[in-house]
Amino acid sequence: MATAPAKGSPLMASRLSGTSLTLAYDQRVVAAGLTVSIPDESFTVIIGPNACGKSTLLRALARMLKPRTGAVHLDGSVITSLPSKEVARRLGLLPQTSIVPDGITVADLVARGRYPHQRLMRQWSKADERAVSEAMRATDVTELGDRIVDELSGGQRQRVWLAMALAQETPILLLDEPTTFLDISHQIEVLDLCADLHEAGRTMVAVLHDLNQACRYATHLIVMRGGEIVAEGEPGDVVTPELVRQVFDLRCEIIQDPQTGTPLIVPEARRRVTASA
Amino acid sequence: MTIRVGSWSVRLAPRALLAGTALLVLACAVTVAALATGEYMVPVPDVVTAVFGQGTPVAEMIVAKLRAPRVVTGLLVGAAFGLSGAIFQSLTRNPLGSPDFIGFTAGASTGGIIAVVAGGSAMTIAGGALAGCVITAVLVYALAYRGGVQGYRLVLVGIGANALLLAVNSYLLTRANINDAATAGAWLTGSLSGRGWDHAGPVALALAVLLPVSAYVSRPMRMIEMGDDAARAMGIRVEAVRAVAIAAGVLLSGVATAAAGPVIFVALAAPQLARRLTRSPGVTMGASALTGAVLLTAADLAAQRLLAPTQLPVGVLTAAIGGTYLALLLRKDRH
Repeated sequence: MATAPAKGSPLMASRLSGTSLTLAYDQRVVAAGLTVSIPDESFTVIIGPNACGKSTLLRALARMLKPRTGAVHLDGSVITSLPSKEVARRLGLLPQTSIVPDGITVADLVARGRYPHQRLMRQWSKADERAVSEAMRATDVTELGDRIVDELSGGQRQRVWLAMALAQETPILLLDEPTTFLDISHQIEVLDLCADLHEAGRTMVAVLHDLNQACRYATHLIVMRGGEIVAEGEPGDVVTPELVRQVFDLRCEIIQDPQTGTPLIVPEARRRVTASA
Repeated sequence: MTIRVGSWSVRLAPRALLAGTALLVLACAVTVAALATGEYMVPVPDVVTAVFGQGTPVAEMIVAKLRAPRVVTGLLVGAAFGLSGAIFQSLTRNPLGSPDFIGFTAGASTGGIIAVVAGGSAMTIAGGALAGCVITAVLVYALAYRGGVQGYRLVLVGIGANALLLAVNSYLLTRANINDAATAGAWLTGSLSGRGWDHAGPVALALAVLLPVSAYVSRPMRMIEMGDDAARAMGIRVEAVRAVAIAAGVLLSGVATAAAGPVIFVALAAPQLARRLTRSPGVTMGASALTGAVLLTAADLAAQRLLAPTQLPVGVLTAAIGGTYLALLLRKDRH
């Protein structure tokens, strides 16, 4: 595996980047001329209004969508020129939706994350066993091992999918709206877990909907609108009332999150309610 | 359960092994029963000696010459249908995505009927069926293709093709002379009657090549069942795997239909039964083939003996047995 370039230098080539990407589904061009690089060991969050191309960008970075022009580079090579299993050992993706196989147990589903490390005659090595139990411990699903995935709650199920992606043991992990369909406490649970994984040295890239959550967890924010990157950087430097109005058409006030000190967006109320009613 | 030798390791599911063994025993039992019973009963020990060429001339004549070709053809055709059904149900992520629903078997029938009407021999009919199946598959695939083939689109296009081809088949039958129509009608029900080694041969060859191929792609196919993106993220070349699987499935259902006619329900029911027997959370190639073999030979045995001396076409029985069992299983699943 290629070693990561030295950290800290502003001109460093990051392990994962896209250059002059034109992204399109069939005839519909979603984004043109996108250039983006994911800082190594960052927790990068891509955010923007619906249909701004954020999931499309993530899918292109994860080689799910072939750019019409431009290229995605992983460790200096064009990603599609690398053997696909080799890519899968460096870069993982948690898709927005996956289909749970009928009647599969949690342990079996997590074990499927080991696929890129296995061969026909090496189906279950000691390393596989260790990676799976570690992934299950990290996501706190060890106790659910023998349960049928279909019977779990949405929050538990998302943890199991995350465990599968973790078992893949990739230094870079991409997540496409990992908190959609979850209630607020499970959203926080999943994001805290992502923060832990980032803390442990992984490069995380997530598409999120909630700007406040993005500000809280991201070390690097990519703000998109209409297929373009409007702003990029640390949330504290990037998120301003002007940006929010420009990107989301929302008038707001920005205060400090009392818990983390990160920007907290407070939408302007249409009618002011007197405080001491 | 894991077996490790040096850096090699193989994973086995005890439940699947058990089910596989049980199916194998069942297949042997049905085979012996089919070889032993009939108008002339051959005692089981004589059947065994006759199979190994050590029996009495009479027993050998009846077992090896008369009954064995039919039984073997049944086992092979059943296995091919079961395997083909497993492949397509996995690809389409849909139990209804089996070749007898998405037009492939109907296409094979069209080819077969045209061969009958053209006055072809048994071999021509088989060839027509295989050609019909492959042409239909290519057309369905091409119509469903849009930068890759999505399972549901394959099913929808396939169901359309199926309806169209069934209409074509009926039309061909009404236009045929009465003798051809009767021949074609008998063939269309699906039957193993009068099948010999020349019918079994091509199916055996197809299975010898395509069973290992199917087993090889079954691991990536199980991943593709979770979604194309999920599989791609694991480093699977989804379109390549899918193309190989489709080719294998089409050829299997083509040669099986060529040998025995469009026997319905085996391709639909066998993979579903196999999954429940093995409790496997994904496509099971070996067990589906075995289940198909048992299902078809058992149905053929019943078709011959149930209303003896009246002989039913096996297609009638596969529908009855497979359908009943599947209905029972689905009923159980609801709880």
